Amino acid sequence: MDFGPHLFLALLEGLVGAFVLALTALGLSLVFGVMRIVNVAHGAFFMLGAVVTWWVSTATGSFLAALLAAPVVVGAVAILADRLVLRRIGYEPESTIVATIGLLYILEQVVLMTYGPYARPVAAPIYFRIDFPWFGYSGYKLVVAAVAGLLLVLAWLVLSRTTLGLYLRATQQDREMAQTFAVPVERVYTLAFGVGGGLTALAGALIVPVQQAHYLMGLDALLMSFVVVILGGLGSLRGTVVAALVVGLSDGVISVLFSPTLAKIVATLLVALVLAVRGRGLFGEEAA
Amino acid sequence: MEGGRAVLALHLGVLGLLGALQFLLPPFHHGMVARIMVLAAYAIGYNLLLGYTGLMSLGHATFFAAGMYGAGLTIQHWGFGVAAGFLVGVVGALAAAFVVGVVTLRTVGPAFLIVTLMLAQAFYLATLYFNEITLGEQGFALAGLNVTLGDWRLDLARPAVKYNAALAVLAVCLLGSLALVRSPLGRALVALRENEERTQLLGYNTYRLRLVAVLASGLTSGLAGVTYTLLFGYVGSTFAGVLYSIYPLLWTLLGGAGTTLGPLIGTLLMTYAVDVASGITDAYLIVVGAVLVAAVLWAPAGVVGGIRTRWARWLP
Repeated sequence: MDFGPHLFLALLEGLVGAFVLALTALGLSLVFGVMRIVNVAHGAFFMLGAVVTWWVSTATGSFLAALLAAPVVVGAVAILADRLVLRRIGYEPESTIVATIGLLYILEQVVLMTYGPYARPVAAPIYFRIDFPWFGYSGYKLVVAAVAGLLLVLAWLVLSRTTLGLYLRATQQDREMAQTFAVPVERVYTLAFGVGGGLTALAGALIVPVQQAHYLMGLDALLMSFVVVILGGLGSLRGTVVAALVVGLSDGVISVLFSPTLAKIVATLLVALVLAVRGRGLFGEEAA
Repeated sequence: MEGGRAVLALHLGVLGLLGALQFLLPPFHHGMVARIMVLAAYAIGYNLLLGYTGLMSLGHATFFAAGMYGAGLTIQHWGFGVAAGFLVGVVGALAAAFVVGVVTLRTVGPAFLIVTLMLAQAFYLATLYFNEITLGEQGFALAGLNVTLGDWRLDLARPAVKYNAALAVLAVCLLGSLALVRSPLGRALVALRENEERTQLLGYNTYRLRLVAVLASGLTSGLAGVTYTLLFGYVGSTFAGVLYSIYPLLWTLLGGAGTTLGPLIGTLLMTYAVDVASGITDAYLIVVGAVLVAAVLWAPAGVVGGIRTRWARWLP
């Protein structure tokens, strides 16, 4: 392939990756913004979403059912974790980090015990090829990008137009003030954690037909989400989405043209560089 | 200082006990305890940062692995001797700590933890990327390592040599950390952990204090990494991976962050727990998860921390 078409393919891969990454990272960003905690188990939620998708679509033969089940199951697991652990330690930042690391290992190892150490595929629900003059491209990947994009818009609508969104934003801006105005902050926390898990589970579910489900797939998702959330500025959803597009595109291009490992190295070093110049990320608020 | 002698006697007693154990332990546990002592030195290094400075890192595997690769690669590819490899490893870990410290200390709060994780991941991926030299995950073994001083030759593959070398390194790290914690510098670090603004008000340069803490912590962790490579003759990417950044956190928390003996106790308990679990199930790392969650829920002070609050306020 010539360089031009090769670059086009790389950009296309990058674009799909960028949308999925934005959806993956959005949950992490939401949880950090509203609850001020770092959820290290975020990648495990992504992985769990993928694994649930494999299970449900294998059992029922319906990918759509799986796509609905994944966020519900993972959201429920997240809510349970919030109630049983995070609430009881009062969301203290360091304890929460330790607890979510623990949660990450518990989820991962339970999946290893039940699902096994395999990487298993799910057939794409929609199969068509788009034939460019130089190569054919999986239509499903473009559908994934479109669905992820739609979900992002939906999330934005919920946040900006609904009472729930108002509660979330109020809690994020000033927890105590929100409580004074009768926002049920505790329930908002639980909900944010559940929704955060559910969103990333959706991303995991969408990606299974392209990537296969494996119990260790969460680490990459977690690290790339961290890259994006830090780069975009902790707590800024807009920043997260913009950063996801930048990182996703560059990751896709470097992966296709050079090597995936190099792409990840570049992304992580990019974060270090940005932070060295601008401590709070691109769109971050001033540290309180 | 009151109780100063008792504290020193306690630490020397623990080391003496470990020294005596080598004559009682059956071969399997003999090797296990030797390994635990080296890993405990790693946890002691981690504790300097988490326990005494209040900075939680998720990237300490970089320092451990920098020591490991510094020694291992030069011995393997350039035919360095044990002493020269040792020196390269230690300097390498110190250099890594300097770079990581300068970059990460610009951040505040949770970003510190995330950036240490990112940098460690970049390092881990680099060990995979340059797999022609490092052999990646598979790693490589170093055979026939020995130290010669004149006619005197020490074969590092012998169990007794391993055990006592590990004990010596542990002793240096344990007593070193005790000395540091009781020095004015250590006091300043604890002050910084408790209240940054007041420490600044007292005229301390808190950035420099933190950097010194990262350097001391990285150096100790790197020393453990070098020792591990030299004694157990293996270098591999696994030790640069995220699990080896989480292990010292787990060991330190379980034993008690901010206690000098905690990391040793935590490493001992956890290494045996993981060993027992791995005999039962392939998913033995679930123990790691369960202990982390249980620790934050029911024992945030850890074993030694709990003993300190309940019975022995004088424990350092």
